[in-house]
Amino acid sequence: MHPTSPSKLLRAYGDRQNDGMIQLTFVLELPPSARAKEAARQFAELHGLSEVLVTTMEPCADGFTYFVAYGHSKHAIDPSLIDVPELRTEALSREEIEHRVKARLGRKIIVVGACTGSDAHTVGIDAILNYKGYAGDKGLESYKAFESYNLGAQVENEQLAERARALNADAILVSQIITQRNCHKENALALIELARKEGWRDKTVMLLGGPRIDHKLGLELGYDAGFGPGTKPSDVASFLVEWMCGDRDAAGATLAASETA
Amino acid sequence: MLTVPMDTMKVARCRELAGAVADDVQSYIDAHTSVGVERTILRAYGVDGIDDQGAPLVNVVVDRYAKAGVLGRGISFFLGRALLAGAADLQDAAERLAFGPTLDEGKEGPDAPAVLAVLAPFTKAALARIDDARDEREANKARIKPGGEPLKYVIVATGNIYDDALQAKAAAYAGADIVAVIRATAQSLLDYVPHGATTEGYGGTFATQENFKIIRRATDEAALEYGRYILQTNYSSGLCMAEIAWMGAVERLDMLLNDAMYGILFRDINPCRNFVDQYVARRIIARSGIIINTGEDNYLTTADAVEKAHTVLASQFVNEAFARHAGVPDDKLGLGHAYEIDPSIENSFLLELAQAQLIRQVFPTHPIKWMPPTKFKTGDIFQSHVQDALFSLVGVTTHQSIELLGMFSEAVHNPMLMDRYLSLKATKYVFNTARSLGDEISIKPDGIIAKRAVQVLDEALELLDEVQRDTIWEAIAKGSFADVKRSRTGGKGYKGVFERSADYVNPILEVLEAT
Repeated sequence: MHPTSPSKLLRAYGDRQNDGMIQLTFVLELPPSARAKEAARQFAELHGLSEVLVTTMEPCADGFTYFVAYGHSKHAIDPSLIDVPELRTEALSREEIEHRVKARLGRKIIVVGACTGSDAHTVGIDAILNYKGYAGDKGLESYKAFESYNLGAQVENEQLAERARALNADAILVSQIITQRNCHKENALALIELARKEGWRDKTVMLLGGPRIDHKLGLELGYDAGFGPGTKPSDVASFLVEWMCGDRDAAGATLAASETA
Repeated sequence: MLTVPMDTMKVARCRELAGAVADDVQSYIDAHTSVGVERTILRAYGVDGIDDQGAPLVNVVVDRYAKAGVLGRGISFFLGRALLAGAADLQDAAERLAFGPTLDEGKEGPDAPAVLAVLAPFTKAALARIDDARDEREANKARIKPGGEPLKYVIVATGNIYDDALQAKAAAYAGADIVAVIRATAQSLLDYVPHGATTEGYGGTFATQENFKIIRRATDEAALEYGRYILQTNYSSGLCMAEIAWMGAVERLDMLLNDAMYGILFRDINPCRNFVDQYVARRIIARSGIIINTGEDNYLTTADAVEKAHTVLASQFVNEAFARHAGVPDDKLGLGHAYEIDPSIENSFLLELAQAQLIRQVFPTHPIKWMPPTKFKTGDIFQSHVQDALFSLVGVTTHQSIELLGMFSEAVHNPMLMDRYLSLKATKYVFNTARSLGDEISIKPDGIIAKRAVQVLDEALELLDEVQRDTIWEAIAKGSFADVKRSRTGGKGYKGVFERSADYVNPILEVLEAT
């Protein structure tokens, strides 16, 4: 629906315009009976359905009943009154990531990641880099577009810097989970200072992630981006691809969108 | 009767190659132990409890002796010496090892034969505990029979073990034969087993010995109520593979996820550590009569199910070879495979049927495990329900032993009570309505299905040839399985691997190996 469509109240469309027909399935904790059926009917009515038809009532566990009900929803909605940003950059698809890197870069993006300092929690860096990924979203290892190295936890900044330079890394991912007394900020900042001192800060894209990190904090600490909780590997992958393939503004937009999600 | 062409000479050659691959690794395994293995032995001797920081006592003991660089002699050696030095019992002996003011460096004093002698009655008791649990399980199964094959397997995953128990019973009511409690996210990377009943977990519930007991109680009750033995399953792959296998053995679990390579490929566990641990885990499993489930189905969630189908078969041969080395009989070896081909591919159903039937024929006595579509599931639950129905049709037609039921809400959330109910209802319908289909039909000799089966076996043979030539270490390093690359000394837990000394003491393992 285009946002400038004329105002129009919509009801659910079943068989005919404005009949409002919808179906509902649910479980109630009681055995099947005439009373249970009536309870299901009234339950559906409370959800705004009229002329409720309970079409299925089956015991699905000891003392639990599964219902399917149909009814007319009285509710109507006017989409023209809804305010949502229509231009929302989403994470790139896997195909798009592979394609762009192959077509525009012609080589793999080399990524080195670690959980630095005394922090022993690899869960964040593992979720982003390792094959298995996070919440069904496979990690950077699963892409042909990336060559990734997960150095694990308790990696010192010097060690990380040395390894990244030896591997000719395009990107460094730093994960900071432990936040006691702001040690995550100090540690993260120290790596940036090291990079500046050694003169390679601008040659490498540097990303920071963790449960108490956001994009703003990442930028404040001198990183190119910060990734907070709920970040998926494909978000990081998209950012890196946009960045490496020359569209740094788009990279930032991807990030902003993923944060509002 | 449905059969696909299968060259038995090629199958025999695959087994031979996989056997050689496992032989090569076995010589490494036999020369090493790990912190996980030694903790398992302590648990088997009855050492239990946690310290004031919540760390399991077995970890405190083993970490102390690992740090001192003497774990290669076997923790049993030090345990026996503590006993000879006056400890009241093995628990007391372990506490002395953990907290005693001086560390036993093993220099003077009782030698290995003296230790073996003093441990002998305790070793016997440790084995008896496993045997008793096995006998009790077998007696229960004889009294109340399990359902028919394909056994219907469902997962509960609430994070709270008490909710899991309720959902397990609900699933049994609705017709499930097997209930698995999936583990909390990343438990496989913990180098200790949490203690006690747990009510908080994300993506699943912690595997702990107490949690095993709670689910066993629920499934035993369900068996009595519904007149059908309910199999209990949990997951052991990871850094505590052997410990969890032992817990499963003594708490009468029926099945355990236990793969020779899953941890390496999908959890980045160090290959050396994983191979050493899986061996001891499987020795215990073999003794306890638990059915293993392997994880080849996972390969197809990362690699392409059409192009990489043969890697599943090749890995099954390797898993079988490792299991045989650990004494697991074929009829306890539930090799995994999956219905994961892109549904938009024309005739993908035929390809699925070909592979499922081929694996049935290659492993005729194995309780093979058929896994549902996950990769191409979307939030359209109605379409998803149809995909699951076709998956079940392949399952029953090709006589799979165990079927993990697809959930229409796969891409949405952990299954709710009604999701599982509807999945069981639909699966019962498909199984019943097509019960003898596989016995009635035959396929076109040179058709799509036949050709596919031939191709998959040929490619598996080719891959095994390569793996055998390169060794499994090299094959894993170059991404032959699941497109994942792992190096021999990389990954988690390598520091926990130790070379066994010439006088390594592990009486429990010795008995397990002798039987």
